[in-house]
Amino acid sequence: MKPTDTSNPDYFHKVVDCQWACPAHTDVPGYIRLIAQGRYTDAYLLNRESNVFPGILGRVCDRPCEPACRRTRVEDKPVAICRLKRVAADLTEDYTHGLPKVPEKKNGKKIACVGAGTASLTVANDLMPLGYEVVIYEALATTGGLMRTNIPAFRLPASVLDQEINDILAMGVDLRLNSPVKSMKALLDEGYDAVFVGSGAPKGKNLDLPGRYESDRVHIGIDWLESVAFDHIDSIGERVLIIGVGNTAMDCCRTSLRLGAKDVKVMARKPRQFFKASDWELEDAEEENVEIVINHSPKAFVVKDGKLVGMTFDKMHYEVDERGKITEEKLLGEEFFPCDDVVLAIGQENAFPWIERDLGIEFDKWDVPVVDEKTFECTRSGVFFGGDAAFGPKNIIWAVEHGHQAAISIHRYCMGESLTERVPDGMNLASSKMGIHEWSYSNAYNPAERRLMPHVSLKERFQQLNIEVELGFTPEQAAEEVERCLNCDIQTVFTEKLCIECDACIDICPVDCLTITHNGDEHELRGRLTAPAENGEQDLYVSGPLPQTGRVMVKDEDLCVHCGLCAERCPTAAWDMQKFTLERPKAADQFPADPVPALARTGT
Amino acid sequence: MSFIVKPKVAHPKLPRNELGLTVRDYEGGMSTLCAGCGHDSITGAIMQAVFELSIPPHRLAKLSGIGCSSKTPAYFASASHGFNSVHGRMPSVATGANAANGELHFIGVSGDGDTLSIGFGQFSHAVRRNLNMLYVIENNGVYGLTKGQFSASADVGSKAKKGEANQQPPIDPCLTVLAMGGSFVARSFSGDKEQLVPLLKAGLKHRGFALIDVISPCVTFNDHEGSTKSYQFTRQHYHPAIYADFVPPSAEIRAEYEAGKAMPVKMHDGTEIVLRKVDPGYDPTDRAAAYSYLHQHQAKGEIVTGLLYIDEQKPDMHELAKTPDEPLGVMDFSKLCPGQSGLDKLMGRMR
Repeated sequence: MKPTDTSNPDYFHKVVDCQWACPAHTDVPGYIRLIAQGRYTDAYLLNRESNVFPGILGRVCDRPCEPACRRTRVEDKPVAICRLKRVAADLTEDYTHGLPKVPEKKNGKKIACVGAGTASLTVANDLMPLGYEVVIYEALATTGGLMRTNIPAFRLPASVLDQEINDILAMGVDLRLNSPVKSMKALLDEGYDAVFVGSGAPKGKNLDLPGRYESDRVHIGIDWLESVAFDHIDSIGERVLIIGVGNTAMDCCRTSLRLGAKDVKVMARKPRQFFKASDWELEDAEEENVEIVINHSPKAFVVKDGKLVGMTFDKMHYEVDERGKITEEKLLGEEFFPCDDVVLAIGQENAFPWIERDLGIEFDKWDVPVVDEKTFECTRSGVFFGGDAAFGPKNIIWAVEHGHQAAISIHRYCMGESLTERVPDGMNLASSKMGIHEWSYSNAYNPAERRLMPHVSLKERFQQLNIEVELGFTPEQAAEEVERCLNCDIQTVFTEKLCIECDACIDICPVDCLTITHNGDEHELRGRLTAPAENGEQDLYVSGPLPQTGRVMVKDEDLCVHCGLCAERCPTAAWDMQKFTLERPKAADQFPADPVPALARTGT
Repeated sequence: MSFIVKPKVAHPKLPRNELGLTVRDYEGGMSTLCAGCGHDSITGAIMQAVFELSIPPHRLAKLSGIGCSSKTPAYFASASHGFNSVHGRMPSVATGANAANGELHFIGVSGDGDTLSIGFGQFSHAVRRNLNMLYVIENNGVYGLTKGQFSASADVGSKAKKGEANQQPPIDPCLTVLAMGGSFVARSFSGDKEQLVPLLKAGLKHRGFALIDVISPCVTFNDHEGSTKSYQFTRQHYHPAIYADFVPPSAEIRAEYEAGKAMPVKMHDGTEIVLRKVDPGYDPTDRAAAYSYLHQHQAKGEIVTGLLYIDEQKPDMHELAKTPDEPLGVMDFSKLCPGQSGLDKLMGRMR
């Protein structure tokens, strides 16, 4: 293998599995370390740099970071990253000093954002400090988009939403509520310098089966949740069937319980391994005694005398091969489930009835606009899409990242620069060596198990719709949980010309990830390391020829627990532990002349 | 030394031996030696060898004297028996332990000072008795614990850290043991585990006194330019003569060896080692030839390594003394202590 090119920021970035997995590339180990030091405000602000809504995401993020967490490769459970984010938000003191400053002198450019959801708010957050005027058009009477309408208050309290959204609005955003954009043409005619569409994927999928329109007790999930959020609906029948088993279904079933339902069943077409809902959302629903019924495919709504009495389902059997694919399905018969209400939570899609088709905005065969995956520009220049409006339903953290990227594009577009020649990712590496055996991070491996999130008791939580179920970690729990973090951003950096091949690092490495051997091609090399390197998704870090024997140092990045013992045992400091900081440019980092580059603000 | 202990967390795919143990189960305390010390690497090799032979930790006895090297038994196999004896007196203690229980595996870890200076007399007699043990000399040519004076194994002309050259001729432990009739003589290098681990295994399997002289650079006092025991010098003058491949009884052997270069040796317990000779003319069972080969190459400034001489037929201490194989600790009491009448009989023979 060729020596690993560590000058490309992607190499060390990838080692920080959580940060690499996060769409917004939040500096997870960085903020966890700040929490460990009790610097909650700094932890909040560091979070905010990349994900803008730490309090919201600390509760309801889809957490792509946690399955990626390195900790899962040496024990069962990942670090409770999401919960720690909430700790930063719960325990932060006044952080307004750290919010981006908005210049009084504007740059004369005016941007329109459609929808006051995550993506548009992120665009405003990034562009306001650069002197833009941002107008947000919102159809509803309140902000937040799906974060407010579709996530029940018992998971995400309105006060948290209000605070983090107001931080952005307070920069001077021109927010126009109750102002649905009915015509893109009319909006474009108003002469904005750029338009951003962050209108979400507001259309819940329907299930057109016999009997569907004979009763008014069949609800579309996201519309129904919105009605609950706005107090238009405050009750439901005793027996409820939820169709679908994604995260929206979990919100629907748990909301039903709070509106008076006694018997709630979530009906799934396929076995559990095919469920779309996150494991923890399933767990939370099952804790509330929601029954999840598998292998039942909806067949018909049964309505008697104009009243919904239940649904019939096809009972299915699936043959699954060892790769987890369904190879055969068999119909076992029909089954009837009585119910008073049905909530359909089988997905949602984009809908753009308000965009005229003759504006140069190209739509594809699924009738969604064609959007560039890097610039977020559609086929009409100056019009950008982000969040669920761009590529269909994803999640909040993706919408944030879309917002950041669209803001970069809008800024470059307004300044007349190429959208594609964006400032690339950079990095900083700084030794964390403090003394002969001292490091500026907590390097000892802590075998503690994941802390459990305290919940409001089952009895109490159903009394009101908006009682937040999760109580959040106490500072003591947080202090234990932070020590589980393996500090993957403290990189093992090797300087081959210093190595005397004494084997000290290899002998001490607790997870046997180091080998000195003759070079070979990757596949062959993986087979003959100190311990097998079977996780092909994790890189091998290969040095150039070592001075004394010409062999190479190989590190399998897979299991390294970043304990720093290789560097401690190295007599020549050929190994060093260096703090990696990803410098991910935002809109404010595109041009050196801009007043306050975001990267300069990161005070860690 | 380090401030944190080696975490217990391990690679989930770590190989297991016949006892179901991983090499981590043969660990000891954290080393307090200098970072980069060759001795730590030898400790690693010993753990690997004992692990690969599936020796139950409680069937292993570790013995040592005084010195950096003699600290190392604390750093491996913490579930084994251990005895840290007086300076240079480890061979006597090992003799006593072996006399009482010949069924254990004995590893003596010593240094060039502990063996070739203060303990030279004790060492010679353990060789002479063919005491059944693996005797590892962690040889760095320097007194590390007392800040770097030349030891008895320092080569003439080798320079100390401050520049003065050694004047006195060295004692070569391999030549010494060959001359004294030792039954197993090997030399290796701490920086070459591929060679060292099989040698350690062969030494543990050998019945009799197995000497392995391991060049083990002192990273603090003897790893500079001008030293003949540095990592760099050792690598530059390294001359492997014979590789020893340990073959467990179940495995098929010889297929992959070039004719004339492979030489199987049956060990006392029925296992086999295959010696792969770099020079087909070399005969590791010919003591005189081995002695002269070593001598010639030494004159050329080469460090000859590998299993240099082996004699599996030579009787060990128990066989020579006709003492019972059974450990004293489990021996029937009446046999162990024949009582007053037995003593009287014995005394009678002396009159």
